[in-house]
Amino acid sequence: MIEAVGLTKRYGAKTAVSNLSFQVRPGTVTGFLGPNGSGKSTTMRMILGLDQPTSGHVTIGGHPFRSLPNAPRQVGALLDAKAVHGGRSARNHLLSLAQLAGIPAARVDEVLGVVGLQDVARKRSKGFSLGMGQRLGIAAALLGDPQVLLFDEPVNGLDPEGILWVRNLMKMLASEGRTVFVSSHLMSEMALTADHLIVIGRGQLLADMNVKEFISVNSADFARVRVADGLAERREKLTASLTEAGGRVMSEPDGALRVTGLPLPRISEVAHDSDVRLWELSPHQASLEEAYMRMTQSVVDYRSTADQKAGLQPPADHGYGQPGYGASQPPVLEAPQQNWYAPPPPGQNPPAAAPAAPSTTTADLTERDTSEDAR
Amino acid sequence: MASVPAVLASEWTKIRTVSSTVWTLISAFVVTVAMGAALCALMNAQFDDLPVAQRVTFDPTLISFSGMVLGQLAMVVFGVLVVGTEYSSGMIRTSLAAVPQRGSFLFSKVAVAGVLALVVGIATSFVSFFLGQALLGEHRTDIGADNVLRAVVGGGVYMGLIGIFSMGVATMLRSSMLSLGILMPFFFLVSQILSAVPGAKKVARYFPDQAGSKIMQVVPDAMNSNPAPYGPWGGLGILVAWVAAALIGGYLVLKKRDA
Repeated sequence: MIEAVGLTKRYGAKTAVSNLSFQVRPGTVTGFLGPNGSGKSTTMRMILGLDQPTSGHVTIGGHPFRSLPNAPRQVGALLDAKAVHGGRSARNHLLSLAQLAGIPAARVDEVLGVVGLQDVARKRSKGFSLGMGQRLGIAAALLGDPQVLLFDEPVNGLDPEGILWVRNLMKMLASEGRTVFVSSHLMSEMALTADHLIVIGRGQLLADMNVKEFISVNSADFARVRVADGLAERREKLTASLTEAGGRVMSEPDGALRVTGLPLPRISEVAHDSDVRLWELSPHQASLEEAYMRMTQSVVDYRSTADQKAGLQPPADHGYGQPGYGASQPPVLEAPQQNWYAPPPPGQNPPAAAPAAPSTTTADLTERDTSEDAR
Repeated sequence: MASVPAVLASEWTKIRTVSSTVWTLISAFVVTVAMGAALCALMNAQFDDLPVAQRVTFDPTLISFSGMVLGQLAMVVFGVLVVGTEYSSGMIRTSLAAVPQRGSFLFSKVAVAGVLALVVGIATSFVSFFLGQALLGEHRTDIGADNVLRAVVGGGVYMGLIGIFSMGVATMLRSSMLSLGILMPFFFLVSQILSAVPGAKKVARYFPDQAGSKIMQVVPDAMNSNPAPYGPWGGLGILVAWVAAALIGGYLVLKKRDA
């Protein structure tokens, strides 16, 4: 049993984990979900006493980790697959850990067999792939036959066979009555492995519930509707009628409509009444992945933007004959270039030039601004 | 709580299963012995060309340890790597998750590596001494002579302590590159240069290597070196104080900071 109470960790001005309280119970696999940088690893490190919480506390079986008697026999952890001295063989690495807890050397060979590394046991871990590193890390966690297990992203870099193996291993460990706490950023993986979910974003608790509960709360049913010939006017007509009937309508990129709040027969009636023929009317359930994305949408720290490849595309010939500047000229520029040498101060742009991106710098900024707005 | 013998056994496994241990310790031994032997042979050949002041204070024991100027650098590398690779590989988190008592972890590691450094250091100093004396011809001294045994054992202890000092520094700095970047120039250049600059001499003689190496002198102010306000044991004491300070500093950093 792991119990966190008001766990908070600040690094200077940045709050990595903020007032996190949760319990991880024995006998179940508890999934720990969150986007990159949401504080999962920091929380794991605090559980293991590696990082000191700024405030709050976390205990394992009622004790803070640092005061646990013979910690390796009670808690096993995989934090970072690559946290191994590359010059040491897998077996010696495990042996040094085993000796810490008074675990016999025979157990080392045992766990090497369990994770399938017996053939490379005497090879230096430097040459291990990420997947082999994960297996070595899992072996280290299993070494002391502990009652509490923590795995930080255990399936990273594993092949499908390995993923299936980890999934079954977690379930087996939990069925033996152990406490299993697994972090991941993959909802789909957790949906298959975990019984209970703890979801965090930007260091804050977003959800702490049973997986089944999570699914029923978060995955709304919807109907997909496609009008005949995909005609826009019919689609708009149907959208208006459905909204009037009390449904919520969203359009999908391929022209289909996603309708929530109305049962299928009612949608059919509405379509019939407004004289719109349908090509598709199908029931759907939003996947857990979508539910998770919706939940964490506002708390994603690292979001990708479209790659503009500015300056990487072959220079277009503009016929301006400006030596030295031709190469850096993006091909989109067609407007008169009265502000070529310096970006114009805001507000002083001639209105005619504004929409056509007056200079390289402002063009970039404009694009970035729009994408910011789109959030 | 992981028992201390268990942590010692584990640290011994760690240290004997990486090749850097073997290479740095062999280098320390070979470089010290070879360079000491070469200088002894040179001194023997050119003894009559030495300035009078150096001939009067000629110290055959100290001459046979001349290789330590370079050999100690290999000891520094050994000490730094023993601690630094834990940080560079991330192994430190695995280690501390297994031994939450950071004091036991650090001092077991230092004890194992320190004893190894001391053993290699003493072996090095004895081999250096006997080989050097054999090459010094008529200018040689004998292990039975006054203070010579103290100097030979002291030379080994000096090398071991330099290794332990480096471990403490590496624990404070938590990085191999940073530690080597500071310790190597310090021992090889800064300390040597400052000890030759008139104004800085008075400070430089309290540096760990300058003070500690006094234990290897049999003749006071041997080879016309700078007189120091402390004797051989005083010098070793100053080195021990540096080592203690580095280890305490390392312990406090390890205890306070997040791994």
